[in-house]
Amino acid sequence: MKAFSALLDRLAYTPSRNDKLRLMADYFAAVPDPDRGYALAALTDGLFFRVPFRRIFAEMLDARVDPVLFKLSRDYVGDTAETISLLWPARNEDADPPRLVDVVEAVQKAAPAEIPQLLAGWLDRLDATGRWALLKLLTGALRVGVSGRLAKTALASWSGKPLTDIEEVWHGVAPPYLPLFAWLADEGPRPDTGGSAVFRPLMLSHAIDHRELQTITPADFVAEWKWDGIRVQASRQGGDKRLFSRTGDDISGAFPDVVEALPDGVVLDGELLVMREDAVAPFNDLQQRLNRKTVTAAMLKSHPAHIRLYDLLFEGDEDLRALPFADRRARLEAWHAKHGPARTDVSEIIAFESIAQLETLWAGARETGIEGLMLKRRDSPYLAGRPKGHWYKWKRAPLMIDAVLLYAQRGSGKRSSYYSDYTFGVWRDGADGAPELVPVGKSYFGFTDEELKQLDSFVRANTVDSFGPVRQVAPKLVFEVAFDSVHRSTRHKSGVAMRFPRIHRIRWDKPAKEADRLETLQAMIVD
Amino acid sequence: MRPNHFEDWLRVDAKGLYCRPGGFHIDPHGGARRAIITHGHSDHARPGHDAALATPETLAIMGARLGDGAPRRPHTVAYGEPLSIGDVTVTLFPAGHVLGSAQVLIEYQGVRAVVSGDYKRSEDPTCTAFTLVPCDLFITEATFALPVFQHGDAAQEVTKLIKSVEQFPERAHVVGAYGLGKTQRVIALLRAAGYEHPIFIHGALQACCDLYESFGVRLGALKPATGAARDDLKGAIALAPPSAIADRWARRLPDPLTSFASGWMRVRARARQQGVELPLVISDHADWRELTETIAETGAREVWVTHGREEALLHHIETTGKRGRALALIGREDDDQ
Repeated sequence: MKAFSALLDRLAYTPSRNDKLRLMADYFAAVPDPDRGYALAALTDGLFFRVPFRRIFAEMLDARVDPVLFKLSRDYVGDTAETISLLWPARNEDADPPRLVDVVEAVQKAAPAEIPQLLAGWLDRLDATGRWALLKLLTGALRVGVSGRLAKTALASWSGKPLTDIEEVWHGVAPPYLPLFAWLADEGPRPDTGGSAVFRPLMLSHAIDHRELQTITPADFVAEWKWDGIRVQASRQGGDKRLFSRTGDDISGAFPDVVEALPDGVVLDGELLVMREDAVAPFNDLQQRLNRKTVTAAMLKSHPAHIRLYDLLFEGDEDLRALPFADRRARLEAWHAKHGPARTDVSEIIAFESIAQLETLWAGARETGIEGLMLKRRDSPYLAGRPKGHWYKWKRAPLMIDAVLLYAQRGSGKRSSYYSDYTFGVWRDGADGAPELVPVGKSYFGFTDEELKQLDSFVRANTVDSFGPVRQVAPKLVFEVAFDSVHRSTRHKSGVAMRFPRIHRIRWDKPAKEADRLETLQAMIVD
Repeated sequence: MRPNHFEDWLRVDAKGLYCRPGGFHIDPHGGARRAIITHGHSDHARPGHDAALATPETLAIMGARLGDGAPRRPHTVAYGEPLSIGDVTVTLFPAGHVLGSAQVLIEYQGVRAVVSGDYKRSEDPTCTAFTLVPCDLFITEATFALPVFQHGDAAQEVTKLIKSVEQFPERAHVVGAYGLGKTQRVIALLRAAGYEHPIFIHGALQACCDLYESFGVRLGALKPATGAARDDLKGAIALAPPSAIADRWARRLPDPLTSFASGWMRVRARARQQGVELPLVISDHADWRELTETIAETGAREVWVTHGREEALLHHIETTGKRGRALALIGREDDDQ
């Protein structure tokens, strides 16, 4: 547990992605099997313990800690698990702490009645950081800012094996991943994934703009709408049915409706959407079904999922990825015509003969669910990662408003000495009829390093109040904020939530009173 | 004045804690006629006193930090030397907090009261170790008086810092540390852990480091961080006052990794709020265990609790059958920076 808890502790405080990678890679290099495998499982959400830990903790504390002192401590610390780890009266801190493998395997084997005693024994032998890590591990909420993909990237950087290879074998291996680590350390063969529905790394596109667009030859490309859902891979092989996100996370549990509909022997690429009566629902609706381990019957009915198919990777045992796009597309259409599973359709091909025609289509694309255009070379094989010169995405023009800077917060990592996270607002009529500014969004990018320095100086010179790391500034600087869309939200005071807002331009010249009103933003809602 | 009725002869007035039969204040503010100063931190050693009694180290610190505000008539007294003042006898004992820090024993007609000042009982090579002084009334600090504060081994925290320097050799590690006490302790801990490289320090820390050296505390090679070449700071450790670590001053350092040595770093929200990447739990105050054990060991039948989280400590004192009282002293800082 010592190395594992030190790793979690550092990860929790480290904002930089590259530094996180180094911390994990160093850990995988230094720690033996099977501990590092269980750590990897914990970092990638691969460990589940069906034990009611919260209830057990409450009972254990009752016998050990004065309730008044616990409450005062809990109020001060602000987090129950952390409070327990800090005030646990350790009796045996000098004894050897348990190994990660001992903890994981003991909990998996133990009868529920044995758990409290096991747990108390471990807590007594760990220091505060160790106790904190143990509680995080057992309650299944690490929250150290590491995605499954980042952990796999760390495996790649430690071992030198390509990330795409690791992603491809990933769903064929299980904790504590002994064959995986053997292969990564060049001490064993690549784990065999034959016959099961494993993730095949997706082919991704490059963003393209107006200017670059002029360089492509229309006859070489096919155009499709870029739908505003999430890219997925649906796979059914050997009876195994799975839905993977773009980063290889298994999201089958949240979408049984689309997974069940698939016939056997196929790997498909497409866009996951919520659709009602042939119309694509707003992204918000899809979001409500994401990040769930299971889904209710009511949700299945009110938010029906659908896959708009882009590509066919495997048909039966046949790997089609080396074929040109045009051939795969023909196979996809034929396959769909034959099997036609429910909750799928094939993405429409948009005919165009000139760049000018494409530009007209792009400019007119305001329908819900359309994010822009995709351009794919007719002769492109299906390549893992983001290969150059094959697929392009051309996002439709963003929406814009002028908003006023209200609050600035210190950034993290390299930006910790700068006020770099900005909350901005627009005008509305206050309760007394006088205009007031209401916050509508927050952004920390879109500006250059030079502009960041200017903004930081502005914030320091115009601070009217401060709350910890946050400063309230005099409302006089206008940002031109670009964003992809805006939705109704009950969680925000303004009643609206912007998607992907970024600081497009700093309007040093524009008076704050000329910034936009909330009504302007509300008119852009397309629910 | 009845000796066993402590309130008869020890009370809080506008300037702070006052001993009537002795005619002096302890750590007063606003300029007192006669003061006893427990240690040199600015919320205890205030400017403008006329006569002040303290250890030679504390008076040297006050002289260096307060300039014209230093006591007009300083009187030094060594640890353990009893001194008659009015109707009481006063003796200073080491508090283990920072260089020169003292507890104040006041004896009045055979009754003993001890004012702890700020103290700690864990090891610190830069100051004299805490001495337990049995007493009837113990007036204790309570900065970290919650059971979540158990400070652990400071040497291990420094090991964490050295390991991070090895793991991220291209970054400068900037450690926030209060100028008096914490800075020198962190440096001494680094030296004890075998760290021989020059340590870079912010200009504001220089005077206190010089003062420690003049009292024989060896700190090894120190270099000013200001004006140092950027390349020399890669993989180096730089110490700075807490207010500078995540502010414009730190921009001169190559890709600074922000660290902070403080007892508050035990609580994650506190560390995160300040943007700290490498929190080091190193405190110059007593933790919960030290506070509660010291109260028991002094044998005091009554305990007064000064600044800090007195609610939890008073609850604890009550459960042990002693009499406890919160002593509201104005102007104490909450922070062990």
